Amino acid sequence: MTDASVTTTLDSLLRGQSELPASPRTWLNALRADALERANALSVPSTRDEEWRYTDLSPLYKSSFQRLQRAPTLDTQAIEGLTLPEAHCRLTFVDGHFDASLSTGLSEGEITVQPLASAQVQKSGVVQTHLARYVAFADDPFTALNTAWLQDGVLVHAERDQSIAAPIHLLFISTTADAASYPRVLLVAERGASCTIVEDFLALHEGAYLVNGVTEIAAEDGARVRHIRVQRDSLAAFHIATCGVRVARDAHYAGTSVALGARISRYNLNVTQAGEGAELSIDGLALIGGRQLADTHSLLDHTTPNGRGRQLHKCIVDGAARAVFNGKIFVRPGAQRTDSAQQSRALLLSPRAQVDAKPQLEIFADDVKCAHGAAIGQIEREQLFYLKSRGLDDVSARNLLTFAFAAEIVARIPVPSLVERLERSVMQRTQTQNWNSQ
Amino acid sequence: MNDIGRMSKTILEVRDLSATINGVPILKHMNLTIRAGEVHAIMGPNGSGKSTFAKVLAGHPTYEVTGGEVLFEGHNLLEMAPEERARAGLFLGFQYPIEVPGVTNSAFLRLAHNTVQGARGKEEMDPLEFDDYVQEKLKLLDIDPAFLERSVNEGFSGGEKKRNEILQMAILEPVLAILDEVDSGLDIDALRIVANAVNTLRREDNAVLLVTHYQRLLDYIVPDYVHVMDQGQIIRTGGKQLALELESRGYDWVAEEFKTRAAA
Repeated sequence: MTDASVTTTLDSLLRGQSELPASPRTWLNALRADALERANALSVPSTRDEEWRYTDLSPLYKSSFQRLQRAPTLDTQAIEGLTLPEAHCRLTFVDGHFDASLSTGLSEGEITVQPLASAQVQKSGVVQTHLARYVAFADDPFTALNTAWLQDGVLVHAERDQSIAAPIHLLFISTTADAASYPRVLLVAERGASCTIVEDFLALHEGAYLVNGVTEIAAEDGARVRHIRVQRDSLAAFHIATCGVRVARDAHYAGTSVALGARISRYNLNVTQAGEGAELSIDGLALIGGRQLADTHSLLDHTTPNGRGRQLHKCIVDGAARAVFNGKIFVRPGAQRTDSAQQSRALLLSPRAQVDAKPQLEIFADDVKCAHGAAIGQIEREQLFYLKSRGLDDVSARNLLTFAFAAEIVARIPVPSLVERLERSVMQRTQTQNWNSQ
Repeated sequence: MNDIGRMSKTILEVRDLSATINGVPILKHMNLTIRAGEVHAIMGPNGSGKSTFAKVLAGHPTYEVTGGEVLFEGHNLLEMAPEERARAGLFLGFQYPIEVPGVTNSAFLRLAHNTVQGARGKEEMDPLEFDDYVQEKLKLLDIDPAFLERSVNEGFSGGEKKRNEILQMAILEPVLAILDEVDSGLDIDALRIVANAVNTLRREDNAVLLVTHYQRLLDYIVPDYVHVMDQGQIIRTGGKQLALELESRGYDWVAEEFKTRAAA
């Protein structure tokens, strides 16, 4: 990748940014301007960068995606079957633009769930305090790009001790090929508050497009945040997202991310245990085939004592697909009595499938309990025989075992309708596999 | 069947069966005939080939059959895939049942039932129908219904795993049940329950082949024939009293007598 082509790429993604309507808040305009400056200055990553070693974005750089100035109008029928009956409320974004007519329940209940466009005015204090604090754009061109385009998005604000059990559903729909969208989510759970959000990315077409998302989550003292992320974009899409989470004293963050779609996807999840006794738990599943690439980079950053971290990451890789997992656990000096454990497991379904799994433990405190394990394998022969001895044919038995491998993660999602839907898509995926192994 | 009217029909006929693992002979010219309504027990020291025999009959891919033939209700068993054998009514109760995390026992049992019973012309059951059906079977084995919602064998105690095998047998209603060390890991109460279930499932048109180390099991499931295996072959066949004799005298004398007879 030459410097010239790199510059062209960002230029093309930034085209039209100057016509973005100014925000009524000067600080937000300043933030965008800073981000634009960084987006222009930073070069996009190549496989020469350690952080992008296995994930070659050159197909993205060769494409030309444009943010739409206006999104197409969808009628409610278009999202039938995509909604979650359990949801407390739903915000729908079409090609990155908030669509009020496809959104419901926003004024119900006490927790604020608002499009960022209005929240930046009505909840200016909260937004200004937290926005762009948990994901830095200074060295990250994609976060800079997202922030330069910051206009639409979501604010979820749970005030002190406010709590809702029902999930807040954030639905990001792509309808248009060659469109770029820049989803932005800010969740602030104040002291003792608790809530669940579901970020749900999908497409109504099979074309190529770019989703470049940023999610920021602040769980203040004793807050509990359950964060579900489902990426089922089109198989031609590019999806690059970063999520930054700050977990304060005795707070609890549990994230579950599932990646089924996209030609190339990258999810950066950085969770900081910023207060004593906080609990972080992150689970991930990538189920890919064909020529898909799914890359998860995670960081559990323990900065204070008595933190607890748990991570289970699973990949199911078929065809000539490639899964990348880089899981870092960082225990800073002073983060004594940290108890953190990571497990990564991969199931390879074809001889051409690849997984690059890299656990990274960096421990700078002496009184800690940290563990990691990585296992890469094929379907177990004894399990296969057991199922066959009960009458299941080879394909059904393999499908069931693959399904079971995925189900362990999916079953952790506390939204039954979503679990059922995901189980169905996992089932469909496994049933269309061309079993090459053995 | 007029000419042999008093004889019940043959379920399994093993003729001169030999098998190897990684080129090493494990079964050497095995012969065995099992008829409907019978219970057979295969006993023998560790490494005699008992479990291998059970697995070869079920179609385990690790073993290579190098000679002989096996007829199951007149069909060539060795040409059938493991799942075809199961659908035809052959059941192997595993010595070490396999854990399948992520698959609930209820889903697994129903899938197995619908596949095997469906292949034999019975109607598939939906989850509600199956639930009623399985409740009966749970009672037979004194199993807590909560057990159905756990992953197959995952975290089960040794005894629970064995009961789960017999639960599967009860649900699949095989023509021939081969139970490999079904008594290992069972305390005396669990052994009684399991044995009682197996006895309840016995009919005139099915058969049971027990593979066991210990005579103890045979106090509860009484065999019509006891076979002693050693070094990959059946070296002696007798009635249930043979098991008692083995219990008090061990296996060596059988091997000695076999050698003497072979030499003569």
